Amino acid sequence: MFSFRLKRTFKLGIKSLWMHRLRSTLTTLGVIFGVASVIAMLAIGEGASQHAQEQIARLGSRNIIIKTVEPPEDQDASTQEQTMREYGLTYSDAERFRNSIPDVEVVVPIRRLGQRAWYRNRKVAIEVIGTVPWYPEMAPIQLRLGRFLSSIDMHYKQSICVVDEKVVKELFAFDDPLGNDLKIASDYYRVAGVVSAQDAAPATDTLNNDVPVTSGQGGANIGNIYIPLTTVKDRFGEISIQLSGSSGRSIEKVELQEIIVKVGSMENVLATRDILETLLERFHKKNDYQVIVPLELLRQAERTKLIFSIVLGSIAAISLLVGGIGIMNIMLATVSERTREIGIRRALGARKRDIIIQFLSETLLLTFAGGILGIILGSFIPFLVTYFGRMPTVITGTSLILAFGISAAVGVTFGLYPAYRAANMDPIQSLRHE
Amino acid sequence: MQQPHKTPDFKNDTPILAIEQLHKSYQLGSVQLQVLRGIDLTIKTGEYVAIMGPSGSGKSTLLNMIGCLDRPTSGVYNLGGQDVSTLDDDQLSLIRGARIGFVFQSYNLIQQLNVIENIEIPMYYQGFSERESLKRARELAIMVGLGDRLTHKPSELSGGEQQRVAIARALANNPLIILADEPTGNLDSESGAEILSILMDLHKQGRTLIAVTHDDNVGRQAQRIIRILDGRIQQ
Repeated sequence: MFSFRLKRTFKLGIKSLWMHRLRSTLTTLGVIFGVASVIAMLAIGEGASQHAQEQIARLGSRNIIIKTVEPPEDQDASTQEQTMREYGLTYSDAERFRNSIPDVEVVVPIRRLGQRAWYRNRKVAIEVIGTVPWYPEMAPIQLRLGRFLSSIDMHYKQSICVVDEKVVKELFAFDDPLGNDLKIASDYYRVAGVVSAQDAAPATDTLNNDVPVTSGQGGANIGNIYIPLTTVKDRFGEISIQLSGSSGRSIEKVELQEIIVKVGSMENVLATRDILETLLERFHKKNDYQVIVPLELLRQAERTKLIFSIVLGSIAAISLLVGGIGIMNIMLATVSERTREIGIRRALGARKRDIIIQFLSETLLLTFAGGILGIILGSFIPFLVTYFGRMPTVITGTSLILAFGISAAVGVTFGLYPAYRAANMDPIQSLRHE
Repeated sequence: MQQPHKTPDFKNDTPILAIEQLHKSYQLGSVQLQVLRGIDLTIKTGEYVAIMGPSGSGKSTLLNMIGCLDRPTSGVYNLGGQDVSTLDDDQLSLIRGARIGFVFQSYNLIQQLNVIENIEIPMYYQGFSERESLKRARELAIMVGLGDRLTHKPSELSGGEQQRVAIARALANNPLIILADEPTGNLDSESGAEILSILMDLHKQGRTLIAVTHDDNVGRQAQRIIRILDGRIQQ
């Protein structure tokens, strides 16, 4: 019985809103933009945070990454052109990490070199990654063809390499890379396997732009060639000569660019980080390393996301509030315009609550329509942001429900007072109203 | 949800409306304005009564009291065997809808609604089903001679036609009394005569009619004229 009456009330509401199409549309716009901004802002916030979290997660939440950093004092001293600068992580660091810290599962030392690789008459800029056979455990690469480096390769300092798909594409074109030899510097290396390419910009770079990271990883988009660490040490040595723009040549001796430590369990990550830092402090006089804990970054990202959401949410809430006030304003005008109608209805048997339901249902219709249109518009904006702004966005179901719930709440909050005013008008006065 | 109201089967000489010592005063600043000063009035089922009097005599206020739009300051108002002078706003609303059919001078139709929908309003608030109320509204519209105007808006109708819609609407819930406030006041003499004949027909069908009027034609038609002056009934 009640639902049938409600249906008729809403029918009546639609009818009287339809009578004033322009007014209804303009009134609804406030809610449309309010809801749309809630959804768009949450989508952008969520997208940004998921993007950051993905990047961090790719580093591994149980990993600790230690990078070689060009020490700041040395940068001032680089005017002494020909002196050799020795800094950075060493093989003994890696050894110490493996031997003296409990709950360390794997230690992966990495040496990076910017080089050029040749195959027949083709040449391509690549990055040589000198590492160990268990490197794939720590890095987001998958084996596509052949095999990865083995401990035998390591032991015998074999001239073996594993290339990624980018290198295959640029260097081998139609040839099968497996079993072919490519040339780096003056030596030949036989391709033993192909792995998937790592993503363009490693997360550590985007997250710590202010910290210069030493190594040959110049261009972000170049392919990688993996060579056993022992082979790299043997063929390339530790000394690199770099040509820097202003100060001419600089000679550097760096053993390792990076050491990745994988901890047995998540709880021990932070404790292990502390031990690592103590060890490093003891053996490094210069501040030539940087410790990155993805887990910590993840927690930071979560905090940032929370603040981000609160700020964006508040802005959106304010725009919804403004929309709500607009609705209330129009409904009050509608009520006074329809005083006579209210008087007639009261005389013909409408109770106060019937009048309240009538006007409240009109407000709710407006806000629900606004909510739905706002959701449509709000889902479209993130799409545009992603397309033109190249920013990741994620529309979550929660944000849709939230936006719709808020629009309903706005309807009730701002519709109640006008409806209450309408219901409490004196029927006799209202009937005389012109 | 309450059921559609059925008119109680009163015998012809039972008073359908009994008012005793009805007072109504309004507080205007520090002055108390006495509008009704002790009205005693009894109306029997099937009677056609005209209430006449100059403006300011209190007849509109009396009409509001009879129509349950207002509550008396003191006194007893018994409508169809029920004391309504002490009911609250919700109960009064339901009584208005169920027992009183209003016909106003200015028709008071809702402009956005068509003929049928206007007639349906009282039934809507009494909880008729949609189908039932539609059927009854159509019958009533045909009865007052608007069978070919069912979906017209009030603005598309003449004054006489609008008043006929109002009469049909007043009959919708089969009320105890029909309360007409200057039913011919806004009409030319020809339409006015039409409306009067419809009211007369209703009277002949045994309905109780109370008309507040200046119009002597209305008064002449009624069985009894009650004259009001300064808030009292003149004998």
